[in-house]
Amino acid sequence: MRNAFATCITKLAKEREDIVLLSGDIGNRMFDDFKNIAPNRFINCGIAEANMMSLAAGMALSGLRPMIYTITPFTTTRCLEQIKIGAAYHQANIIIVGTGSGLSYAELGPTHHSLEDIAILRSIPGIRILAPADSNELTAQLEEAVNLSGPTYIRIGKKGEPSIHHKNSKLGIGKGQLLKEGDEILLLGIGPIINEALKASETLAKRDKNIAIATLGGIEPIDSAFLKLMIKRNFHTWITLEEHSIRGGLGTTILEWIADNNFESKVKVKRIGAPHKFIHKLGNQEYTRNQIGIDNQAIISLIENL
Amino acid sequence: MNTISGNNYEDFNSLSKLLRKRIIETSAKAKIPHLGSCLSCLEILIFLYWKELKINVNDPEDIDRDRFLLSKGHAAPALFQVLAERGFYKKDLLNDIGESGSVFHEHPPKPGFIPGVEAATGSLGHGMPMALGMAMAANIKHQQYRSYALISDGECNEGSIWEAAMLAGSLKLANLTVLIDFNKWQATGRSEDIMALEPLQGKWKSFGWHTQEIDGHNFTEINTSLNNARLELNKPSLIVAHTIKGKGISFMEDDNNWHYRTPNEKELHEALKEL
Repeated sequence: MRNAFATCITKLAKEREDIVLLSGDIGNRMFDDFKNIAPNRFINCGIAEANMMSLAAGMALSGLRPMIYTITPFTTTRCLEQIKIGAAYHQANIIIVGTGSGLSYAELGPTHHSLEDIAILRSIPGIRILAPADSNELTAQLEEAVNLSGPTYIRIGKKGEPSIHHKNSKLGIGKGQLLKEGDEILLLGIGPIINEALKASETLAKRDKNIAIATLGGIEPIDSAFLKLMIKRNFHTWITLEEHSIRGGLGTTILEWIADNNFESKVKVKRIGAPHKFIHKLGNQEYTRNQIGIDNQAIISLIENL
Repeated sequence: MNTISGNNYEDFNSLSKLLRKRIIETSAKAKIPHLGSCLSCLEILIFLYWKELKINVNDPEDIDRDRFLLSKGHAAPALFQVLAERGFYKKDLLNDIGESGSVFHEHPPKPGFIPGVEAATGSLGHGMPMALGMAMAANIKHQQYRSYALISDGECNEGSIWEAAMLAGSLKLANLTVLIDFNKWQATGRSEDIMALEPLQGKWKSFGWHTQEIDGHNFTEINTSLNNARLELNKPSLIVAHTIKGKGISFMEDDNNWHYRTPNEKELHEALKEL
């Protein structure tokens, strides 16, 4: 995903003079093409995220479109107040890209896990919160975000995430997509972890369970029209899936959405997300997803026990 | 007084008295604190707005204007009076300062509410990095404007100030001028006792800044230092302005109670007598 980001912003920077890339001292070599075409619009702001976020706000208030790129915990919770005031309150045209989100850097430990970024940022008014499932969705969202007013946060993985979306999918911001038809159970996810649902569905299909799978692309804005269509489909259970804390992310958003919309639907909601605790026994992303119960095995087990 | 011709220091001094009077009256009437912090930076604000900044009060959003960020946003009551007197808006808009529903309260809001205000400040350590971003934007967009920030000595406790100082030094950002209203106090005590500020000028110098030290109530020194800053073409500029908290009112000067206190009727009367 991060290579797709580099390719996309290089293309955007060629087309537009107002695109500026701010890096928190990461992305070695990744942005060489960007630096070649716009050397004065790439700034390594050092390992100083609070300053980077505020100066981005200053740039945005002066007519530029800065994009901030660094590892998720450092571009979100590390500089939260600068996001709240500089970006969101000022409605500054900043795109914040967190790379290595969720458990992408599982081996690096809790300092590099980001399992609370969505929960925290969604309490701040006026900031879009996106979690593309793959590189195509990321590119579509970036291209849309550079033409919108106000700040956007995009939570991405690192590298090697599989392609999820169909070639002809209409991707973008606030767009729900049905990835796979099915009945009785709808699994709703955000981010690359949706691949675990696709894997699980293959196993489940062999056991005569045909679940539907959809992605939402983010949680702010939420695709209400798509969700209302899903409500009409009368699935008996919705399962939310996210590589994020069980508290405050997609699952919480869906429960709030259902409660606030007063549906007569009897749909049950089950949430799959990271338990509300720090992770001590480390391993790679696959191992850690399994250990905390958010991988395809956990999905299968939940569905078989419904 | 919309303009001052030449460097007429008599006019500057009478303006200082007039605005001091209004700031103190407002603080008493609306019970707005940070009076000492407003009075310590008034001369700097006056000189910036009447002489230094390239601004057009009839077109406050002119893209080529100089940018000024009141990073020590708690001095907003002083800024509001300065902007009104300079002609950004009518003075009577300030009649309801501090009242429920007014946009004029204790800190500057985001742009769009008060003409001339560049950004919402008041959470310390945000304004100066924003001014840095504005200076960087001028270079990227090949614009000639300069960017200014006024910070407080207490604000130098914030790590983000030093993050910004390091980056500006590294970028040799000559279109950025930062002034420190060095009134030697912060909310609860002497700034030097709370964090090891000194050598304040030396710290900035070692970060790659052109540095100067002046009397922040002396218009001639303010003028000279800002001229020097403009002439420096390879470094950002830092001006340590030695000031007195509560300047201008004998019983408020260097008394940190006036960080939070507001004058009662008797004190208001006594203060106005001195102006």
